[in-house]
Amino acid sequence: MNIWLVMLFGGLLTFLTRLSFIWLFARMAVPRLLRRSLRFVPPAVLSVIIFQELLFKDGRLAINLDNTRLIAGVIAILVAWRTRSALLTIGVGMAALLIIQALFS
Amino acid sequence: MQPATPPIESRGREFWRGVQAILPIFLGVFPFGMIYGVLARQAGLSAAASQAMSSIVFAGSSQFIAAQLVSQAVPGLVIVLTIAVVNLRHALYSASVAGFVQHLHMGWKLALSYLLTDEAYAVVITHYNRAGSSGNQHWFYLGAGLGLWTCWQVSTALGIFLGAVIPASWSLDFALPLTFIALVVPALKDRAGTAAALVGGVAAVLAFSLPYKLGIIAAALAGITAGLLVEGKQ
Repeated sequence: MNIWLVMLFGGLLTFLTRLSFIWLFARMAVPRLLRRSLRFVPPAVLSVIIFQELLFKDGRLAINLDNTRLIAGVIAILVAWRTRSALLTIGVGMAALLIIQALFS
Repeated sequence: MQPATPPIESRGREFWRGVQAILPIFLGVFPFGMIYGVLARQAGLSAAASQAMSSIVFAGSSQFIAAQLVSQAVPGLVIVLTIAVVNLRHALYSASVAGFVQHLHMGWKLALSYLLTDEAYAVVITHYNRAGSSGNQHWFYLGAGLGLWTCWQVSTALGIFLGAVIPASWSLDFALPLTFIALVVPALKDRAGTAAALVGGVAAVLAFSLPYKLGIIAAALAGITAGLLVEGKQ
């Protein structure tokens, strides 16, 4: 299959996935269970990506002190918890990673 | 989710607040887009195709995987299905924002669906949960979505034409999980929400090796279920 066709179909399916419930909601009542579930979507999905980014190194589970991203990530989580500031979280997290990498490389 | 008589902001003001809300996320997305541009070229895609994928598919991780599969001469149909499966999680976002955009015209729904990325969703749902949808909040969504879209196109172009100018040792891609931390942690206000995040995270570790990034969906569903169970007990 031509690369342009791959992109076109891949893009179309992605778009239809994004449209799915936005389009359906106008035509049917929201099931109660689904409505209750919705507020848990952001913490669940974003946390999944956070855990996968921090705990895996080169595709392998790496819960140890050699995993510099895990250490910097934990520091960032503490900063986010105490300060609730996005800028401080990202700034301190980035700085922590660079400093730890410089110290232990 | 009924805020106490929110003042109705103008369209322009909502739009710019949306742009402003997405700005910090550029820090994480811009390097990601540049790296995609570099990798897509290395995978053998033309400059035009590399750029077009960023506007047609407009979903970071699936674009990385698609470029990788193209370089391995994987059949087109498999690549299409892989893109679709990796992006299945967007159905969750669609369900989540659907109630807030129900009253809009189809044109708005189509445009906002196209702009429904991980990053835009995170920012937009936070705003909807706080401000409701009775005013011009869809302009906030448009501002955040278009802001991220612009960032993604420009960063892809830079990646394509400048090559890897940012050394990997800068680890700028780390700003992406940091951004998600900044969004999730302050929002954990009750036991049910915290349970959703923790169980989702642990399940993400257990399901990491599932094919086609299916682990993301499986783990998210585990987290959501945990949240519902804890909420039901309270």
